[in-house]
Amino acid sequence: MSQAITKKLMLFFPKCECEKPIIYHLVKDHNLIVNIYRAKVTPEEEGFLVLDVTGTQQDIDQAMAFVKTFNVSISDTGKGVLRDEDACAHCGACVAHCPTGALHIGDKATREVVYNEADCIECLACIRVCPFDACVSAF
Amino acid sequence: MKTYEQINKRIESGKAVVLTADEIMDYVDKKGLAAAAEEVDVVTTATFGPMCSSGCTLNFGHSKPKIRMSEAWVQDVLVYTGLAAVDVYLGATQLRHGDPANMYHPGEFRYGGGHVMEDLVAGKALQLFALSYGTDCYPLREIRTYFTINDLNQAIMLNPRNCYQNYNVAVNDSDKTIYTYMGTLEPDRKNASYCSAGQLSPLLNDPFYEVIGVGTRVWLAGAQGLVYAEGTQHAGAGDRTPGGIPKGGAGTLALTADMKQMIPKFVRGVSLRGYGASLALGIGIPIPILNEDVLKRTCVRDRDILAPVVDYSSDYPQNNGKIICHVNYEQLRTGQIEIEGKEIAVGSLSSYYKALEIANLLADEIRRGEFTLAQPVAYLPKDTKTKPLVIRDKAS
Repeated sequence: MSQAITKKLMLFFPKCECEKPIIYHLVKDHNLIVNIYRAKVTPEEEGFLVLDVTGTQQDIDQAMAFVKTFNVSISDTGKGVLRDEDACAHCGACVAHCPTGALHIGDKATREVVYNEADCIECLACIRVCPFDACVSAF
Repeated sequence: MKTYEQINKRIESGKAVVLTADEIMDYVDKKGLAAAAEEVDVVTTATFGPMCSSGCTLNFGHSKPKIRMSEAWVQDVLVYTGLAAVDVYLGATQLRHGDPANMYHPGEFRYGGGHVMEDLVAGKALQLFALSYGTDCYPLREIRTYFTINDLNQAIMLNPRNCYQNYNVAVNDSDKTIYTYMGTLEPDRKNASYCSAGQLSPLLNDPFYEVIGVGTRVWLAGAQGLVYAEGTQHAGAGDRTPGGIPKGGAGTLALTADMKQMIPKFVRGVSLRGYGASLALGIGIPIPILNEDVLKRTCVRDRDILAPVVDYSSDYPQNNGKIICHVNYEQLRTGQIEIEGKEIAVGSLSSYYKALEIANLLADEIRRGEFTLAQPVAYLPKDTKTKPLVIRDKAS
């Protein structure tokens, strides 16, 4: 029995695939635990979904092969919230609002604000408080 | 003891010893004050943060036929035209025409005067629209055209108030989220927000205004500018620590420089949700090490600088002067402060990262002999306080 692993994924659903219950099949047929952070999947429109899937490597591979039979593209960098490196002034307005510490002061001497996207739960607080419009949503 | 002339000679010959206000304390601890005062010529200070009282005068040159602009907009942002025919003043907090402001609270304030200034320095093409009542010498009644900073005769930044010596730490004692110029403050003191470069900040390294005065040459977003006056609300007479550091706002500077010489990344439009638009600026100011006293004051550390914690839900707007307590910048920079037994997450609007970058850029310019020091022609007052605006029923 291989070990369960967790992967953060971002799925993009083109207009034609938005009405299919794909996530249901990930759970039912592929034994994955899904944890959806943020979704925008609307009939007749494009859809985006950022989620964690937990399962064995084999189950995850098979599930992704299943997802790919649809017209859905998969990004395993899981970037639903992006930081524009050029726009960021490293002021630190976001750090007190970031609930997981994904945005944090990385180096005490230079006080550079570091974004560890793996810790991001897509709450979007940073987008609302950034004075420089440096945090943006992919959708 | 050194004079400005001696320091400038060393700068011009490329031999000046320059350290940043971030490095100088450890250097003095190691070398001793007397030896370091002999050796070091300049300490560079810097700050980067929102400075609402900023703006610029622009001269467009004359169209054919000529116009005397009586109302004008750049990128749909209203500019002040109560000057000569084609001179305007653009203010950092002016909103774009049609911005709903806080009608749908909290407003986003995505584009305002500060953003126009950022785009101008970045060399983007901007739209000018102006109206006029028409005169015999200026017959044109309306103009719409596009320009870049290179098309202008002058683009001079003219900021009535920059570089606040120290500043409040904002918290929210109410049970609702509030939206302030210090950022979004969650209810029940869930977070705190400060805005100062602390030990790197210019006037905290010269607390008695002994070397920074009117005429001091400054690094304003990369351009060589100067202090043209005391800043508005300058008030040197407030409470100070035993070490002489103001325990609140205190001193301010009015700065000017040519925008054509500025570096875009240090002139940044700011959007403060629920509050408004503004401009964040990068400023560096060199401190000439004339003697041991001047050097000693540049050795101030974050732990020696106290900032007042103020409730922005009631005490600040009601102007009752109440201060909850003082905290030092070393505590603030840990990202967590404790007030009345409660741990509070701390964020900042001032970028120490950028300030450090500026202090090093300025130090390099001085080492290369490209930036010399100017002796003030007048000094800032140490004994003034701010006056409130009294609401009166009658004129007398």
